[in-house]
Amino acid sequence: MRYAMIIDTLKCVGCSDCVVACQTENDVPIGFCRDWIVETVNGSYPNLDLELKSERCNHCDNAPCVRCCPTGASHGGDGGIVLVTANECIGCGACIESCPYDARYQHPDGYVDKCTFCHHRLEKGQLPACVSVCPTKCMYFGDLDNPNSEVSQLLKNRKHKTLAPEAGTDPHVFYLI
Amino acid sequence: MQEELFTSGRNIPNIDPFLQIWHWPISLYLFLGGLAAGILFFAALFYLMGKEKEYPAAVRYATIIPPIALSLGLLALVYDLTHKLYTWQLYTTFRIESPMSWGAWVLMVVTPLSFMWFFSFYSENYPKTEEKLQLLKKFKFLATFEQFLKDNRKYMAYALIPLTLVLGVYTGILLSAFNARPLWNNAILGPLFLTSGLSTGAAAIILMAKTKKEKHMFGKIDLGLIIIELALIVHMIMGYYAGSQVQLEAMQLLVGGDFTLMFFGFVVILGLIIPATLELIHLIGYKVPVIVPAMLVILGGLIFRFVMVEAGQLTRFLY
Repeated sequence: MRYAMIIDTLKCVGCSDCVVACQTENDVPIGFCRDWIVETVNGSYPNLDLELKSERCNHCDNAPCVRCCPTGASHGGDGGIVLVTANECIGCGACIESCPYDARYQHPDGYVDKCTFCHHRLEKGQLPACVSVCPTKCMYFGDLDNPNSEVSQLLKNRKHKTLAPEAGTDPHVFYLI
Repeated sequence: MQEELFTSGRNIPNIDPFLQIWHWPISLYLFLGGLAAGILFFAALFYLMGKEKEYPAAVRYATIIPPIALSLGLLALVYDLTHKLYTWQLYTTFRIESPMSWGAWVLMVVTPLSFMWFFSFYSENYPKTEEKLQLLKKFKFLATFEQFLKDNRKYMAYALIPLTLVLGVYTGILLSAFNARPLWNNAILGPLFLTSGLSTGAAAIILMAKTKKEKHMFGKIDLGLIIIELALIVHMIMGYYAGSQVQLEAMQLLVGGDFTLMFFGFVVILGLIIPATLELIHLIGYKVPVIVPAMLVILGGLIFRFVMVEAGQLTRFLY
C-alpha cells in the first residue's frame, strides 16, 4: 500500500473548500491550516498563465522531517503516510525548518501538526476530507501499488509534476498539468 | 522565447508567519555551545600535553566558563521548545540521522563532564573560597569525589577531546542538515562553526590568562584559527555561487542584501579581520591590549550565530 494524492490543476478553481473541510474535520485551531491554495501567475502580459492548486504535506518517501526528528515523533506510518505523535514531540521545530514545502506549523498546544491524509478516515474506508468535498472533483486519492487504481491510471495517462523534485524528497502528492 | 515576467508566490497567512520558529535562544545556544567546546578542547589538549603549569588559564581557570555557558545554553534551548513537558522524550531514543539527537546526547555527556573537570580543580584554584565555605570538610563525600576526579583527569581529558569536537561540529551540522533552508545547506557549516567555536574559546582563554607567555600562545592559536575561518567563509560563499538557484537567492541575503552589513561589517571585518590584524601586530612585538581582539572575536562569534540563524530561516525552497 502506497497512498498518493493527485490534484488536477486544470480543474482546480481555488475555492478553498478543501481548506475549510480539513480545518473542520481535524479541529485545526483557528488561524492555522494544514492545506492551502497557491495561485501562481507566469508569463509576460498579455500572455499570462494562471495555475491554481491545493497544497499540503507531500508525505515524502524520503522525508527530511522524519530524518531530522530527534525523538522519532515524526515517523512514516502505514501506506507511506508521515505522521506526528503529539506526546513524543518536544516542539523543537527542526521538522518545520527541514520541510521544503513548509507544510508544518506549531499547534498552540506546543506540538507540531500537519496533514495526515486523514488517516482516521482512511481506516474507516473513507476518503480524506479535502478530497471528498472538492466541488470540481479535481482531487484523487488512492493506492500507487495497485496498477489499476484511479491514481495509477491518471499518472500513467496524464502529464504530471511534483513540487520541488530537486529537493530529493520523493513526494506522494502529484499535480496534473 | 517567453520571458517570465513575474511569478506570484505563496502567501499563506495561516502558516508562513510561523515558519521562523527559531529565535534568539537558538543563536545564543549555538554560540555558548561553541565557546564551551572550544575552552574544554584546549583544556583537555594542554592537560594531555603536560602543559598544565605553563598554561594554567587554559587548563584550569578558564574552565569555569563551560559549565556556566552550557547550563545557560541548555536553559535557552529548553526555553525555545514549545512542548517543554515532553523534553525527556529526547532521551528515550537515539536517532542516528538526526543532528539534534546527536546534540542532545553529546550535551548530556559534556555538560556533567564540564562540571566535573572544573570541580576537580576546585581546592587548587580556590583555596580561599574553600577556607571560607569549608565545603570539602563539611561534606566528606565531596572531598572523596574531588580526589576521584583528580585521579581520573587523564581519562576525562581523553573523553573531552572527541566529545568537544563533536559538540563544536554539531552546532553547525544542526543547521546544515536542512536542505529546505538553502543558506544553511552547505557542508562547510560544520567545520566553520567548529573553527569559530575554537576561536572564541581561545579568545576567552586570552581574557583569563595572566602570563605573557600564555597570552602569546593563545594569540597565535587564535590567529591561526581566524585565518582558517576566513578561508572557510570564502569557501562557503564560493559554494553558494556555484550552487543551485535557491542557493544563489539565499546568498543574496549575505552578499548585497539585508544581512550584508551584519555579516561583512560585524562578523568578517570587526570580528575576524581587525582582531587578526591586532593579534598579528601584537605577535610582531608591538604593544596591543589583547583584551580588544579577544573581545572582538567573541562578539563576532556571537553575531555570526545570530546572522546565520536569522538569515537562514528567511531562505526558502519553493516560490
